[in-house]
Amino acid sequence: MFEYIVQQLINGISIGSIYALIALGYTMVYGIIKLINFAHGDVFMVGAFVGYFAAKAGLGLFWSLILAMAVCAILGVLIERLAYRPLRGAARIVILITAIGVSFLLENLGIYALGPQAKGFPEIVTKTQYTLFGDVTINSVQIIVLAVTVILMVLLQYVVHKTKMGKAMRAVSYDMEAARLMGINVDTTISFTFAIGSALAGAAGVVFAVMYPSVDPLMGIIPGLKAFVAAVLGGIGIIPGALVGGLVLGIVETGVSSAGFSLWRDGAAFAILILILIFKPSGLFGKNVREKV
Amino acid sequence: MFNKKFFLYLVLSLVFYGVVQFLITGMWLNDFYVDTLVLIGINIILAVSLNLINGFTGQFSIGHAGFMSIGAYVSAIMTYNFQMSFPVALLAGCVAAALAGLVIGLPTLRLKGDYLAIATLGFGEIIRIVWLNTEYVGGASGMNGIDKLTNWTWTFFLVLITILVIQNIVKSTHGRAMISVRENEIAAEAMGVNVTKYKVYAFVVGAFFAGLAGGLTAHYFYIIQPTSFNFMKSFEILVFVVLGGLGSTGGVVLGTILLTLLFTYLQEYPELRMIIYSLILIFTMIFRPQGLLGGFSAKKMVKKGGSSQDGSSTTSA
Repeated sequence: MFEYIVQQLINGISIGSIYALIALGYTMVYGIIKLINFAHGDVFMVGAFVGYFAAKAGLGLFWSLILAMAVCAILGVLIERLAYRPLRGAARIVILITAIGVSFLLENLGIYALGPQAKGFPEIVTKTQYTLFGDVTINSVQIIVLAVTVILMVLLQYVVHKTKMGKAMRAVSYDMEAARLMGINVDTTISFTFAIGSALAGAAGVVFAVMYPSVDPLMGIIPGLKAFVAAVLGGIGIIPGALVGGLVLGIVETGVSSAGFSLWRDGAAFAILILILIFKPSGLFGKNVREKV
Repeated sequence: MFNKKFFLYLVLSLVFYGVVQFLITGMWLNDFYVDTLVLIGINIILAVSLNLINGFTGQFSIGHAGFMSIGAYVSAIMTYNFQMSFPVALLAGCVAAALAGLVIGLPTLRLKGDYLAIATLGFGEIIRIVWLNTEYVGGASGMNGIDKLTNWTWTFFLVLITILVIQNIVKSTHGRAMISVRENEIAAEAMGVNVTKYKVYAFVVGAFFAGLAGGLTAHYFYIIQPTSFNFMKSFEILVFVVLGGLGSTGGVVLGTILLTLLFTYLQEYPELRMIIYSLILIFTMIFRPQGLLGGFSAKKMVKKGGSSQDGSSTTSA
């Protein structure tokens, strides 16, 4: 029994860390311009497809990852420039609906260009099982997912806390107007945030496609929504919260599946979302902010 | 409300109904046109009822498809498994959806803005997953072979009733209270408006009519499946409302008609259809965020205390 639980924990953490990678993008964008970027899940999809074509072209995992992250970073900046920047200062609902529109657009451009059917992802990582102890195993794909997540998290922490751009990001998310008055180029900072968030989603797309070896234009919807749940769970706008939220969500989901309710797995994610929204809308790590009139 | 203009529009819309009915019985309109008309009617019911929640009360809900599915399933069970008559089944579907609206609305309407949107989306998805896992209603394959009881007459008069009821609410004291909640919740509360009550009220009425649209859908297309009520459907309804103009019944009806027609005529190009659809959505938001008639109606509402062109919606329905 103990071994079974540990095994499920390992499975949960590996899928959870993918959610965490996507959730980071949601959380960073929300933190800085208070927008739920519904198109984020589709940036993840684009990342997976870039990885797919890179792998088909014979590139290894490392270069597929780098390429996917670069393409997604550019895509993220483009989306922000073309769709969200003209609406800076517009009502929140207007920007939210634009984000939904961008999401539809990416999905359907994907269907138009690549066809709706799923494509098998080439095997760029040889899958080997390692036995940890007893019946507990971990495979090479899971190790890679965890390694990629940890490395990117450390990099992100470094960028956000030790670089000038990171300082600017924190300043803009704290108070955009004051940051502007202090001479921070707010537009550049927002573009940079989109670039980083989208690059993380791109990386998540590639590792997701390696783990579940198939890609299709609508693959971003469900992981995107779940990553959003993870971001809310940890406290949207808070970077460590996204990590914890992703892991918790992954573990809960795997737990529900392994308890024999695999059809209810998606329901569990949304049930968590609603419980957290009702009882602690600011999330596990969030502080309660009093509303000013 | 019951002034000269109202009766003029009522008569005009009845004439419109009569002409269409005459053309249908005379076989001048083939099934394709009838399908389109019924679909427009169902979409109008959905959009106008969502507009009460999102447009007039300012509560951002994106779980409308969930309520629609409740109406569809409950009414289908009533006619299919219990051999009830169509009106009774429809009403049962509406009441079930309204009850669900009450149960969901009470806890979630404490939330605001984005959080409310996400919570309603979550509830919508949970309702869908519940259908998906209920063997009684066919699970993933859904319910098949429901009698085709919806026709042009039912659709038309139910659309008319929906618009009349919603417009009546909006122009009554309750409607004023709802609009005050939208404009400024804290100020409304300070003026003695029971904010929670009106939010839940709008939510329950909206859910009721979403259930009605669901019932009509189930009895027109023979088959209902959980996947057709996912959050994409909710977004679709939201787009009708936003494109037409939040808080303008006339605009919402117009937007729904235009979008449904666009959708139907682009059916031959299924891949391009959604691309055009999303581009329209993005460009509308960037260049005309208030929607087709949004700003117009809001201005009139302030000036005359009632937007007269909303009556025209009855005609175009």
